[in-house]
Amino acid sequence: MAKKYIPPKQGVASQLFDVASLLALVFGALFLPIWLKIAVPSRVEELPPGVSYQLQTDGSKKWSGLTWEKLRQNPTMQQQWEKLGYSKEQAADIITQPFKYDIDVLGVGITAIVVIGYFVFMLVMSEKEYREVIAEKFD
Amino acid sequence: MTLQMQAPQPKQLQLLKVLGPAHIWALGVGIVLVGEFMGWNYAVGKGGAIGALIACWVIGLLYTCVAMIDSEITSTVAAAGGQYTQAKHMIGPLMAFNVGLYLVLAYTMLEAGDVQVAGQLIQIGAGNLGYNIPWQPFTVLSLVLLAYMNYRGVLATLTVNLVITAAAFASIIILVIGTQPWHPGAVLLHKELLTGLPYGWIGVLASLHFGIWYYLGIEGTCQAAEEVRSPGRALPMGTMLGIITLLIAAALTWYVCCGLLPWEYLGWDNELAPLYDAAHVTGSPTLTVILFVGTLFSAIASANGCINDAARAWFSMGRDRYLPIWFGAVHPGYRTPFRSIIFLMPVAIIFALFIPLAQVITFSILSGLLNYTFMPINMVKFRRMWPLGSIQRGFEHPFHPFPSIVLFTLCSITFFAVYLGYGRQLLAMMAFYIAASCWFAFYRYRYVKRGDQFTMPWPRPAGY
Repeated sequence: MAKKYIPPKQGVASQLFDVASLLALVFGALFLPIWLKIAVPSRVEELPPGVSYQLQTDGSKKWSGLTWEKLRQNPTMQQQWEKLGYSKEQAADIITQPFKYDIDVLGVGITAIVVIGYFVFMLVMSEKEYREVIAEKFD
Repeated sequence: MTLQMQAPQPKQLQLLKVLGPAHIWALGVGIVLVGEFMGWNYAVGKGGAIGALIACWVIGLLYTCVAMIDSEITSTVAAAGGQYTQAKHMIGPLMAFNVGLYLVLAYTMLEAGDVQVAGQLIQIGAGNLGYNIPWQPFTVLSLVLLAYMNYRGVLATLTVNLVITAAAFASIIILVIGTQPWHPGAVLLHKELLTGLPYGWIGVLASLHFGIWYYLGIEGTCQAAEEVRSPGRALPMGTMLGIITLLIAAALTWYVCCGLLPWEYLGWDNELAPLYDAAHVTGSPTLTVILFVGTLFSAIASANGCINDAARAWFSMGRDRYLPIWFGAVHPGYRTPFRSIIFLMPVAIIFALFIPLAQVITFSILSGLLNYTFMPINMVKFRRMWPLGSIQRGFEHPFHPFPSIVLFTLCSITFFAVYLGYGRQLLAMMAFYIAASCWFAFYRYRYVKRGDQFTMPWPRPAGY
């Protein structure tokens, strides 16, 4: 019969430390990168030919050469934007911010290694731990 | 608090077995249906309207595999914690710890998105009535009230979910009828609004990321496994009916929204409530009010179910000593995992108040996706370790291992879809899980009682 593992007793301070560690991980890894604007969606600004703007001191944009046609909006689209309460200037702030899907081979490779490595590490460690569980339960 | 931490509740106190198939449907669909009211539309932003439709079908296939696999394993491993408990029995403690975290974070982030939408919707509604109010207090208030209801008991919580989920689903049907789909061009303007594939096929691939949002959380039905009167019947029935409901709702949602809203608007990062906006654009005050209520109900139902599920997963991990055992307590009167419910509330509030919707739901999607990647591995091991006939199963899904292969393949593709446009968030999420895994494997595991992790009355698994 496998020897039964007796875990150490955990005191209050240690329990609080563990909770604090997990919370620090959650906020450190997930909250901070977004809050500091490090992890943001990969959108880029693309203005249609002949369209430009100047940033005003209050942060608003002064557009020139802007038309619904240059924003590639047909009359039906224009009508729907207006029903939603959007002027062409407000719509331009959205329409001129498409995603950019440049495939960076190194980036894909690193991300793939991270994801696969994570699963491999987890499965290998879990297998070792699982054998301990089965041995204690059934031996 | 100190005294309670020193003296955890007696272990024999169990959650109540009070739920039936309708509650399971309400839990699954209640959590997910909000995905039709907000979030799926970011798939339009990543790949255009047609891209989002293809994502709806492809991810619908992914979830059909999830529901089939889930129905077999969950109806056999009927215990709180769902996939977490399955991982303990099939793969091992570290995997179980990770799966528990997937569940907690997927539901907590979804809950944060839900209450953010609820608060902002109330602000929009008040604005339409001429009042300018902040959204943050309503976000916090709705979360606190829902947490209190969860604290008081599961039966009332899920009965409320049943009613408001059915009302939210009905609002989609009413909107579809109100837009007269039998008269193309009268209200719905697909011919003029659909623009093909603005980013080509790479955009279609990218849109799989938010395609997950059409259905994310249906696997949450199995979190209630320990509180169901008849798990072998209620869980497969509730889950399969749930996924059918969602497939119908997703298709109708895409059809109405893409026939009324320009795709750039629909897919913008700050677009909060596409079905409500679609109703607004019809010009019908009745439809606008109905969809306002439907959107609010869907967000409330989803947050309610998420609090329920996240707390069950956190509670289960505490009970098994993967987390401090203080979390493993059951309320002596209400029989709920009350400490877990309260503990997770501030986390959801902080993300709801400070993180934009598209990003907070990306965290939920990524945790869900990691969970779905675990499922095929789990299923293959389950059939190998306990072949058909060796133990009693509540349900046997057909065509094994084909659904597992399809699921694994689609998950791998969807990771790449998330990378397209949200690569840094993917890496942030992986950094979190890697750090948490090291913390568990090299530190926390010493507090875990090994043999206690296997609780099913099954024979020794083949190969061990």
